[in-house]
Amino acid sequence: MPKQETSADFFSKTWDFFASVRLTIVLLLTLAATSIIGTLIPQNEDPAAYFKAFGQFLYRLFNILGLYDMYHSWWFQMLLILLTTNIIVCSLDRISANRRILFVRHPSFRLNRFRNIKNKEEFVVDEDPEQLKASCQTFIARRFRHHAIETTDNGFAVFGEKGRWTRFGVYTVHLSVIILLIGGLVGSIFGFDGFVNIAEGESARVIHLRNTNKTISLDFVVRCDDFNVSFYETGAPKEYRSSLTILEQGREVLKKDIIVNDPLRYKGISLYQSSYGNLPSDEAILGFTSRKTGMVYRRKAVIGQPVVLPEKLGTFVLKEYRSSADFKGHNIGEAFIGTLTREAGSAVQIILPLRFPSFDKMRRGDVTIGVIEHLPRFYTGLQVNRDPGVGIVYTGFILMIVGCYVTFFMSHQQICVEVDKRGTTTRVTVAGTANKNKLAMQARVAKIAQRLGSQARRT
Amino acid sequence: MNSSNILSITTFVYGLAGFSYIFAWVFNKPVVSKVATWVAVIGLAGNTAGILMRWMESYQMGYGHAPFSNLYESLAFFSWTIVLLYLFIQFKYGNRIIGAFVTPLAFLALAYASLSPNISDRIQPLIPALKSNWLIAHVIACFVGYGAFAIAFGISCMYLFKQKKTNRQNSLLNYLPEAGILDELNHQLIMFGFLFLSVGIITGAVWANSAWGRYWGWDPKETWSLITWFIYAVVLHARMVRGWRGKPTAILSIGGFAAVLFTYFGVNLLPGLHSYGSF
Ligand code: HEM
Repeated sequence: MPKQETSADFFSKTWDFFASVRLTIVLLLTLAATSIIGTLIPQNEDPAAYFKAFGQFLYRLFNILGLYDMYHSWWFQMLLILLTTNIIVCSLDRISANRRILFVRHPSFRLNRFRNIKNKEEFVVDEDPEQLKASCQTFIARRFRHHAIETTDNGFAVFGEKGRWTRFGVYTVHLSVIILLIGGLVGSIFGFDGFVNIAEGESARVIHLRNTNKTISLDFVVRCDDFNVSFYETGAPKEYRSSLTILEQGREVLKKDIIVNDPLRYKGISLYQSSYGNLPSDEAILGFTSRKTGMVYRRKAVIGQPVVLPEKLGTFVLKEYRSSADFKGHNIGEAFIGTLTREAGSAVQIILPLRFPSFDKMRRGDVTIGVIEHLPRFYTGLQVNRDPGVGIVYTGFILMIVGCYVTFFMSHQQICVEVDKRGTTTRVTVAGTANKNKLAMQARVAKIAQRLGSQARRT
Repeated sequence: MNSSNILSITTFVYGLAGFSYIFAWVFNKPVVSKVATWVAVIGLAGNTAGILMRWMESYQMGYGHAPFSNLYESLAFFSWTIVLLYLFIQFKYGNRIIGAFVTPLAFLALAYASLSPNISDRIQPLIPALKSNWLIAHVIACFVGYGAFAIAFGISCMYLFKQKKTNRQNSLLNYLPEAGILDELNHQLIMFGFLFLSVGIITGAVWANSAWGRYWGWDPKETWSLITWFIYAVVLHARMVRGWRGKPTAILSIGGFAAVLFTYFGVNLLPGLHSYGSF
């Protein structure tokens, strides 16, 4: 059946293609080279800006290639999928090829293999092999996870082995890459990335998503109780702090002050301090000076809430805050506008510029009003995220670090101490192998030989 | 005497060490290379003192942060890791010629920090985003990795030098270590650097996640560190392909170090902004 043969052929060819390290090199270099593009063209900007920068032709071309969001473009994702396939196929291929080395419970040792090793350490002692047997065996048993002993024609050989598991280090690294990609995928499918601005004292439930016009309603309400920003003497910002409360069905369930680098997390959603801004102020400390008695009354006024003045001077209501107010055609800057209602019933409008506290004197009324202290109002800008992939990604991070460490700095080692009688003396030979860092293994073999030698001479 | 003065003096000590190593190699004077080693050790002591003093000075000024927060401080730490790693290798492998290729890098890094008019050596308070222990781990890991890559770069240059076919018996080349040893050292350093670069990228991601709610945002600095990582991953795998040991590895290692430098200095030239400054 020729047809089946070709399909098997095709499969094995594809398999070999994806199992090749050359493909890895090509893919990694391609990823490195193409990643540069996205650092040269700023990503996710306004299309009009791109059009202006590149002109019509290049604008179209780059648009087709997805270069304005290139790390999410089809061809970049394609490269990542190819790399993933490459890693999986290659790892499976190597694991199955090396399964006799990787998956053994009790290692078997072949004396001839150690006898053929070129770099061996040798020394001669007077004792009989039988006298050395027990001490030699405990020596190896203490330093190696597995050990075995074999009787030879003129004596014995002790074998030791450890670190077979370190051969899995490489596969751990490769697995970690896949886990990272899965974590990223989970985050982009099931997560969201939004923001919300909340004025001090107010609450919000609906947040805006980035890079789209959509909004999302949360399962809970966030209230900003307070926002503070502090500065160093140099003028550089020192700390941004928002006091937040989470409410569910009107009940306060969680309170936390968040600062940059210390977000609030609730029900899988994280709230980060990300920006802030000024809002029109809605309260001020005002001074009311009575013309008759000269008394100054200090009162806190909140927009819309009447303040009843003593001495039957009337009732004052703060109406609004203007960031730039006009008086007879002149700009007088930030000001509050309010109305004073006399006992008799007549009302006057009063302008209270922040820059000129005694401005109201001009009016020559029974009472002069001035702003003593203006209480600025902030809103806090919160980044609101949900990323269920973070746990997966962090697992990948840990696996990658552990895997790299094991792969780079640990090895699978085997050792053989052969002791045999040569005439009146006994010869001890130490030989060892390791799958990596052979120079270090040689040094280790030399050290073990030295220890064994001095131990034998002591007995 | 403040930390900046000490670091300026250290710059000249490193310059002297580099000069002595090169002199010892070119004129084959092993005695001079012994002197060079001592000069390098003194430079390292000065560098250490400079960094520690800077740390204390920041507490005296009331800012109180570890000295890893701006370009000046990171360059001082970079030269420190280069010299420390180099001296370790020298004591382990007993070869002093490598110093001729490596200590000048530490000198250049520190000279750039001390002398460039664009780099301020003032101790600045930390802006809110930089107040994180992850940042300290991130900077330390990255620069230990970069230090290893810098030495691998020096060794790769030596390797290519050694490989050059010359007709006449060139004594300079003869004094260099065996090509096989250079290749092995290069590999060791790249493994070491790769581990630390990975840790650096990962701690950076964890920090970004705590500060901005995203562990990866493809901003130019992040992307360039990933490009660097890809290149060194290629170096590690290239050994598995027959015939790719030696020269291709050396060339890739030099390319990798170029990417390191670009991640470090070049990114600021690109359009867009890295998030440090903005909030
Ligand atoms: C970004 C992706 C990858 C990373 C970070 C990575 C990482 C590593 C590391 C650190 C090593 C150990 C190198 C050493 O011992 O010197 C390694 C070895 C290896 N990698 Fe990868 N790798 C990646 C992708 C791949 C892919 C796609 C393949 C598929 C062919 C592959 C095949 C291999 C092989 C065959 C080895 C040698 C394993 C052995 O010694 O038995 N790697 N990899």
